Amino acid sequence: MFRNQYDTDVTTWSPAGRLFQVEYAMEAVKQGSAAIGLRSKTHVVLASVNKASSELSSHQKKIFKVDDHIGVAIAGLTADGRVLSRYLRNECINYSYTYESLLPVGRLVVQLADKAQVCTQRSWKRPYGVGLLVGGLDESGAHLFYNCPSGNYFEYQAFAIGSRSQAAKTYLERKFEGFMDSSRETLIKDALFALRETLQGEKLTSSICTIAVVGVGEAFHILDQETVQALINEFEIVGEEPPADEAAAPDQSTGAEPGPADQGTPADQGVTPMDI
Amino acid sequence: MNVADSSPAPAMNNLLASNADSQRTLYPYVTGTSVVGIKYKDGILLAADMGGSYGSTLRYKTVERLKSVGKHSIIGASGEISDFQEIMRYLDELILYDNMWDDGNSLGPKEVHNYLTRVMYNRRNKFNPLWNSLVLGGVKNGQKYLGTVNMIGVHYEDDHVATGFGNHLARPILRDEWHENLTFEEGVKLLEKCMRVLLYRDRSAVNKLQIARITQDGVKVFPPYSLKTFWNFNAFQNPTVGAEGSW
Repeated sequence: MFRNQYDTDVTTWSPAGRLFQVEYAMEAVKQGSAAIGLRSKTHVVLASVNKASSELSSHQKKIFKVDDHIGVAIAGLTADGRVLSRYLRNECINYSYTYESLLPVGRLVVQLADKAQVCTQRSWKRPYGVGLLVGGLDESGAHLFYNCPSGNYFEYQAFAIGSRSQAAKTYLERKFEGFMDSSRETLIKDALFALRETLQGEKLTSSICTIAVVGVGEAFHILDQETVQALINEFEIVGEEPPADEAAAPDQSTGAEPGPADQGTPADQGVTPMDI
Repeated sequence: MNVADSSPAPAMNNLLASNADSQRTLYPYVTGTSVVGIKYKDGILLAADMGGSYGSTLRYKTVERLKSVGKHSIIGASGEISDFQEIMRYLDELILYDNMWDDGNSLGPKEVHNYLTRVMYNRRNKFNPLWNSLVLGGVKNGQKYLGTVNMIGVHYEDDHVATGFGNHLARPILRDEWHENLTFEEGVKLLEKCMRVLLYRDRSAVNKLQIARITQDGVKVFPPYSLKTFWNFNAFQNPTVGAEGSW
């Protein structure tokens, strides 16, 4: 995208019918670190990459609990994300107070999208620079939505946003057809694999990622670091290729699958030993 | 209301000043009497007579005090009829906006009951109540719900509820004879037993009642009918025999 004479105000159309400020806001989402969501019939998993700006600092919070049945993962301007999370929490709690019942996810995202749209049509405002993956449960099942700065929202089986999210999307596109019937554990495993794809070879550990789950009978909560590290170890995700689908089935039956480490160094098998 | 006795706090002055007084509810004028509601095997049954009293005069005899609310609920009201009509306007608007989402979600009886509770309690806090006692029942996704809320915001759910005199005359009968697996016919018979006692003993009751039913399949408000009563007690025969010249 290049600068042009129609991109100063959000209230200026380009001759091609584009609002450049809105598109620039969506660029901000692409610059943020990755966030991933997947859902089955009964569970939704949100995952995010948390990069601290330096070793001395803590990392940015990117996953927020909105209510017992809804959580969001954000990518982009985290300050905008925090403010929108407060709005979402307010809407949920007001609905609960009036109706003693959980706000349906579909209605929450429409309210959020309408709020984002306002910022695309006021000369004294700017669009929110954050994309939100809203995952939640209601009477009609488990839902995953993506709300973008333009005020659009879509429902997804699985989605990834932020930097290098295309790698995660490629992985998800291969696997998504099985997600509806996935178990909770398979869903988390697929989230971790998808997250690893965005790291481009960097080692996946629980200190650089956050995983959150919501499901039938399970309130939205963020998994603690030990649990996540144990899951990473169990799925042997660290630096390994994701297993082919046939191999995936035996994973869930017992605990850790026999790791490559048990068999010695597989990389050396079939290779002629060094002559030295 | 004994407003003359107390010295009102400054914040209350505008509520209790004479011209503001005419803007808020002080007494009811046209009132309905008891509503009785029970859960039965397939859903909820409500019963109420069709009387609208004007003080001690039984003035209006075709007042529909049972109404459906959306797909999943029915409401019965006692107390000020005009306030009930206002509540129906609020509820119809609520259901309309709920339908306008057009998203497959719908407000169930629990949600409607809680919404009403908020409305009633908030009005009570402003010293301008909707002068009603309401029964709200319904079925959603196979789950039966029956609750009540009144003008001061007191609200609760139960297997059988009643308003006004129904609490004193009908609830004891229901406590003895209600059980979870009433058929429709048994439920109607039980309600008629309660309504008959109310007809004999409640001065504001009229002998023209309606039954409303809600099940998973929908709402039906039945056409009005009257109960058979018996007045041929010996004590009522020749009433003037002990007081010649009276009528």
